[in-house]
Amino acid sequence: MANNGILQGSFFMDGDTACAEGALAAGCRFFGGYPITPATEIAERMVLRLPQVDGTYIQMEDEIASMNAVLGASWGGARAMTATSGPGFSLMMENLGLGIMTETPCVVVNVQRGGPSTGMPTLVGQGDMMQARWGSHGDYEIIALAPSSPQELFDLTIRAFNLAEKYRTPVLVMTDETVGHMSERVIIPPPEEIEHYPRRKPDVPPSADYLPYKSEPNSVPPMACAGDGYRVHVTGLTHNEKGYPDTVNLDVQQQMLERLINKIQHNKDDIIELHEDQVEGADIVVVAYGISARTAARPIRLAREMGLKVGLLKLVTVWPFAEERIRELAPKIKAFVVPEINMGQIVLEVERCAAGQTETILVPHAGGGLHKTKDVLATIKKFA
Amino acid sequence: MNEELSNVLISKEHPMDDYLREDRLPHIWCSGCGLGTILTSFVSALQKSGLDRDKVAVVSGIGCTGRAAGYLYLDGFHTTHGRAIPFATGLKLGNPELKVVVISGDGDLVAIGGNHFIHAARRNMDITVICVNNFNYGMTSGQMGPTTPTGARTSTSPYGNHEPPFSVPYLAAASGATYVARWTSLHIRRLEDSILEALNKKGFSVVEIISPCPTYYGKKNKMGSALQQMKYYHENSVIRHGSDPAESGIDLGGEIVVGCFINKDKPTFLDSQKRSV
Ligand SMILES: Cc1ncc(C[n+]2csc(CCOP(=O)(O)OP(=O)(O)O)c2C)c(N)n1
Ligand code: SF4
Ligand SMILES: [Mg+2]
Repeated sequence: MANNGILQGSFFMDGDTACAEGALAAGCRFFGGYPITPATEIAERMVLRLPQVDGTYIQMEDEIASMNAVLGASWGGARAMTATSGPGFSLMMENLGLGIMTETPCVVVNVQRGGPSTGMPTLVGQGDMMQARWGSHGDYEIIALAPSSPQELFDLTIRAFNLAEKYRTPVLVMTDETVGHMSERVIIPPPEEIEHYPRRKPDVPPSADYLPYKSEPNSVPPMACAGDGYRVHVTGLTHNEKGYPDTVNLDVQQQMLERLINKIQHNKDDIIELHEDQVEGADIVVVAYGISARTAARPIRLAREMGLKVGLLKLVTVWPFAEERIRELAPKIKAFVVPEINMGQIVLEVERCAAGQTETILVPHAGGGLHKTKDVLATIKKFA
Repeated sequence: MNEELSNVLISKEHPMDDYLREDRLPHIWCSGCGLGTILTSFVSALQKSGLDRDKVAVVSGIGCTGRAAGYLYLDGFHTTHGRAIPFATGLKLGNPELKVVVISGDGDLVAIGGNHFIHAARRNMDITVICVNNFNYGMTSGQMGPTTPTGARTSTSPYGNHEPPFSVPYLAAASGATYVARWTSLHIRRLEDSILEALNKKGFSVVEIISPCPTYYGKKNKMGSALQQMKYYHENSVIRHGSDPAESGIDLGGEIVVGCFINKDKPTFLDSQKRSV
């Protein structure tokens, strides 16, 4: 362990632990949560480790409280997170919206399990992908990352914290039970190699002229926290640049909402991360994320061995969606094949962007397990 | 007319400008609503407390009372319905230097937010909670709530409320609060002193303020003008410091026990957390 309490070196750890260690390495110093399988190990790691880095853990009374505590802690100046699974994720939705509306940086991890409802607590699912996009009421943009391995859970949790600060918004880490519970090698680099995007503070001194929600060129205003002397007013109501409620002026709503959406839409190049493998020149492109991107590797390899031209487009960033890339590929290929552990969610986005230029084929899985090689392979072969 | 009442009516000039967001006034509250005087009492207590105003944050939920955070010239957070306490909990833990005050309504704090209220009390989270009890949901035009006395009429209890209410001091005390008091909005001086005590108290301190909602609760229950309703609460109250919070229930038309019920010391969440690791 490096002397600042952050791990460094090569470890064998499960995904949930890697997520917690990634958060600590990213500077997370507050965790508020409520136990739920298969995310509990993240909380258990955080309660053990946070005191070693002068951070605070609190087990709240439910996930509604957890989400709010995370928002509060962020306004108190801390890098803050929570981790949950389906049922808890549902309870967080209203106040995830508060985080989006008040532009509060924080990280929410969802270790997905089979659903709906209590579903399959100990088994894998990817059924919350659309909830991640649209689960809170009203209109908004969201950032969601989907790790496929413990190493990626470590790396992407760090990235989630940095994106949260850069774009002043909650960022979702949409992992799943298999990734959360699998143990693999995780390399933790020395601190100087870990990216750290600091909270942007106002560059003007406290005064009544300070506009906490002023539209900056990149649409992301700097953030004065409680106790910084700016005496900010923060509300979930539609608000003007001062942060004051204005719930009747349609222009205020329009400007505010446009900025909330554009700060993500206009920075998609920066936010969207894709991993491509032999996509150029492919006839079939498998679009996958999370654990499904890994289970797709074998059928893809077998198909290639049969001489088929198959590429893998792995969505590391699921939201905002890689619209442009799908549009670009659609006219050049015979089909997109989309294996996901749900009955068809991200496939809808692929289909929308393919816009009839090519086939888009779902390989569904109801949850509780991973795709069988033969099912994905059969679909690839059918359309190649 | 007693001295406290004349204070309200004469509306003395207060050096409060600096404590209120003048650019947000006039406020949205109905004339005669108890919330105006309550805000004044809070500001006076804050002035006396000597707290560094840059280190005081106010968190509200949603409701007429919930708008309080927006009128105070402090770091202010107007959160979602029922969630002021968990937000305040995170805020305090994110920056323990802050004095964090929750100002919210009875429905917000003990109906939709009731679970947060009892758990923050149990943990002895170091925050002050000011609960404005107008016996109904003012903001949404006067529905019954968790504090509506049995028999009282509201828009959702047209035949008279058939449920028993919570007593906020009893709930707070039973859940572990370190300071529990109740006053009416017309007990100006005592209320101010009590808020000051609560602000200076370490741990989970609660001040419940019985406040008229002339527009809805008062009208439905034929309580007369705003001033009459305010006076009615004041005149029907009996001061019983140190009395058993279990005896603090409010019956329709019955006496209102006010005073400081609990004032004790025990380790806060952060104190005990530090000691445990
Ligand atoms: C989740 C949710 N449910 C319902 C509402 C509607 N609502 C707004 S304020 C309120 C009740 C407010 O009553 P109280 O907390 O007693 O405050 P008062 O207005 O009486 O001061 C309700 C039900 C809401 N904003 N959010
Ligand atoms: S509705 Fe009732 S509580 Fe709300 S401002 Fe009017 S009088 Fe006050
Ligand atoms: Mg009320």
